[in-house]
Amino acid sequence: MSALLSIQKMSHYFGGLKAVSDFTFDVPEGVIYGLIGPNGSGKTTTFNLITGIYAPTEGKIFFDGKDITGHKPFRIVQGGIARTFQNLRIFGNLSVVDNIRVARHYTVKSGFFTSILRLPSFRKEEEEIREDAMQLIKMMHLEDRALDNAKNLPYGALRRLEIARALATKPKLVLLDEPAAGMNPKETEELMGLIRRVRDEFKVTVFLIEHHMKLVMNVCERVKVIDFGETIAEGAPQDVGKDPKVLEAYLGRGGAEC
Amino acid sequence: MGNFKLPRLLIVAVIFFIVVTVLSLDQVYILNGYFMVIINRCMIFVILASSLNLINGITGQFSLGHMGFAAVGAYVSGTITTLLLKLPPPPPGFAISGSMFIFVVAILVGGISAAFVGFLIGFPSLRLKGDYLAIVTLGFGEIIRTILNNIDYVGGPRGLLGIPKFSNFTSIWAFTLLTIVLLRNLVQSSHGRAMLSIRENELASELCGIDTTRYKVMGFVVGAFFAGVAGGLLAHLLQIAHPTQYGFLPSCLVLIMVYAGGMGSMTGSILAAFCLTFLTEGLRVGIDALPVFTFGATTFRIGTEWVMVIYSVLLVLIMLFRTEGIMGMREAKLLIIEEKKK
Amino acid sequence: MGELFSLQQLVNGLQLGSIYALIALGYTMVYGIVRLINFAHGDFYMLGAYAAYAAFFLFNAYIMPGNVFVFIVLIVAMIGGAAVAMLANRFAYKPLRYKPKLSSLVTAIGVSMFLEYFCSALPVIGPSPRGFPEILPKVMWKIGSAQVSNYVVIDLVVAAALMAGLTLLVQKSPLGRAMRAVSEDKDAAKLMGINVEGIISFTFLVGGAFAGAAGLLAGLTYPRITPYMGILPGLKAFISAVLGGIGNIPGAMLGAYIMGIAETTANAYNSLLGEGIAFVILIIVLLVRPTGLLGEKTADKI
Repeated sequence: MSALLSIQKMSHYFGGLKAVSDFTFDVPEGVIYGLIGPNGSGKTTTFNLITGIYAPTEGKIFFDGKDITGHKPFRIVQGGIARTFQNLRIFGNLSVVDNIRVARHYTVKSGFFTSILRLPSFRKEEEEIREDAMQLIKMMHLEDRALDNAKNLPYGALRRLEIARALATKPKLVLLDEPAAGMNPKETEELMGLIRRVRDEFKVTVFLIEHHMKLVMNVCERVKVIDFGETIAEGAPQDVGKDPKVLEAYLGRGGAEC
Repeated sequence: MGNFKLPRLLIVAVIFFIVVTVLSLDQVYILNGYFMVIINRCMIFVILASSLNLINGITGQFSLGHMGFAAVGAYVSGTITTLLLKLPPPPPGFAISGSMFIFVVAILVGGISAAFVGFLIGFPSLRLKGDYLAIVTLGFGEIIRTILNNIDYVGGPRGLLGIPKFSNFTSIWAFTLLTIVLLRNLVQSSHGRAMLSIRENELASELCGIDTTRYKVMGFVVGAFFAGVAGGLLAHLLQIAHPTQYGFLPSCLVLIMVYAGGMGSMTGSILAAFCLTFLTEGLRVGIDALPVFTFGATTFRIGTEWVMVIYSVLLVLIMLFRTEGIMGMREAKLLIIEEKKK
Repeated sequence: MGELFSLQQLVNGLQLGSIYALIALGYTMVYGIVRLINFAHGDFYMLGAYAAYAAFFLFNAYIMPGNVFVFIVLIVAMIGGAAVAMLANRFAYKPLRYKPKLSSLVTAIGVSMFLEYFCSALPVIGPSPRGFPEILPKVMWKIGSAQVSNYVVIDLVVAAALMAGLTLLVQKSPLGRAMRAVSEDKDAAKLMGINVEGIISFTFLVGGAFAGAAGLLAGLTYPRITPYMGILPGLKAFISAVLGGIGNIPGAMLGAYIMGIAETTANAYNSLLGEGIAFVILIIVLLVRPTGLLGEKTADKI
């Protein structure tokens, strides 16, 4: 399996604070990859660096063979990386359908004038986009709320919407930022199934960050554990779970959630 | 087909046109010249308010210099028509359609010039958030006004005079209808959704692959274009373009209209433009009718500045008690392009 | 068109800068404490000028030395500015304190419009410009190549005294400490028992008083007052505050004097440039160094 995403010696400082320290790792294609660490360990910063929200102070990021270090976020997304947010960033006053259609926008071929004049090619493309969006909605079990404003959806549906929206950008790599946050055990089980389905049906690589041990250990095929911006362990979940350094970082801190 | 609402909107617009035209005929004399002036002003403000709504309400930016764009449109179109009038008269037969043609061209050129200025202003908007963006757009509006005040070729502080009265009910109605249809089509297309997503959550929008820079600038450019059109129509209605008509305070009036109607709703902008323009006239008439007070040697007249006092209080009250205005972000069914449900 | 760089220009620039400084301080303090660009701040300055105007006519009957008279009128102007500022805060800004910032911004615009049009509409004030009375007879001295009037001295001295007083207050007094705490972190300050709303109210009071003082000085120096006189100076004072670093008190003073000198110099060259220089400065600052000369960079955590 080739590396879809390759991070090389990436470090990032916020002023004098070191958020991420000398990360080097590969995310192989087709894998469900997990990054765990306690709060403040640099997980979300890593995602922000990969998606171009910050340019890393040092190091390089390669995606699909190309150097994407320092590229603007929208270019990175158009290149095939999608992400969800820990604190849910949906378009509240837009409907569920519209939320998803926004993510399809960059693929739209109709130009400005074609659109405002509603020429036949525009109308045809709008039809297609709508159908594609509805398909995604059905897959995510959101069809009975398709026309509702997103801000009125319950929490679980919102999480599924974020994932659906990420998938609508036709990505090769999906970054999930704490997808299980705020979920009860049953919902977490469903999420795990959803993640596997997403990887299998959409043929994407999944890279998720969590501090919920059970989810990571059960769903991920490779895991990297970090703390204070530094790598503690990396490898298959079973091995990492037994690593003494990992146990110390987690159990020494008041216990991992099992 | 997804377009069958357009005929319904068109029907309503045509009915409006017919009703107003009939009522304004000399024989019927219900809507006299005075009312026609108000209705014409209403429609011009519809264009101004909807175009500001595109920038502030749809794309989520904050422009306080909207009348600056209108000024560009007014001066450019006014200069074109006054210049062309100085040329030798065209052969008969060409005259009537000729002047209409020149008028439309002048208005469009005015709009395009304003769009260009909108493009220039759009760029600083890229990095700025609400407060600073407001100040910068306000600054740009003032710069435009100052520059126009200092160019003697277009009249400087006296204003551009002698603009031919090409605007009439029909032409203003046509431009207003065009504005409403085109803006509605834009907002309810994929490009419009891109703009809306920027308003909702700019970071998420960027992370959905939207080039937010491009769409923020597009908001300014399109909004400025229609404002320029409105400015041109106004200049050819009043036959004058003067720097004081296009400063900060007139921009605030348009802002009040958009807030009163509902930031993000074109229906709201249309309603508010009509209501507030009529209200302004009504208040002015009412205030003029008030008696004059005399205290000893001094006379107290209640001046028409009180109209603007009322509007500024209205804005504050809207902010305190009903930020969403009349319509919030909703649109009337008439303006929504229906989509087939599966 | 005078000489471009002369002592006279410098003197005029410092004079203008003093007025801008007093206004800019109010902007920067309010922004520092509630993150609001108070659009109406320029109008507090306008009201200070009118309050002084009214005071002149009220107290004119009493015989007293010119300097004392100026002092009294100054106090009245400051009270006027402070009063309006506190009222605006209490009724228009406080209710929206915890709502989205855009609402407060728009409300400030509404308050600004209201003050301008209200004064314009009131029969006792009216829209036409009024000549500000010569409260103190003008005395001219010659220093080097420049003509310096006693008004210049008054402007500089009053501004310097108020700025010194403010710096002392903010740096040395418990009240100043509380103000700094609130501008740093409102919630933490509240948890430490600081009366946050009281401090905010006090900030508006001081800012408004300074704006009122600036209004009096402006009335003396440029004796033509109108209800709309606050719009442009307010905008330029705000830009000065941004230039110096918004939220930063020494920055506001620095920015204002730079602005005053720049505007006077540009005006000597070309009156159009003089009007536009403020906006040119704004655009340069926002493009090159948005945090201003003395401001600190704050990174946004996403």
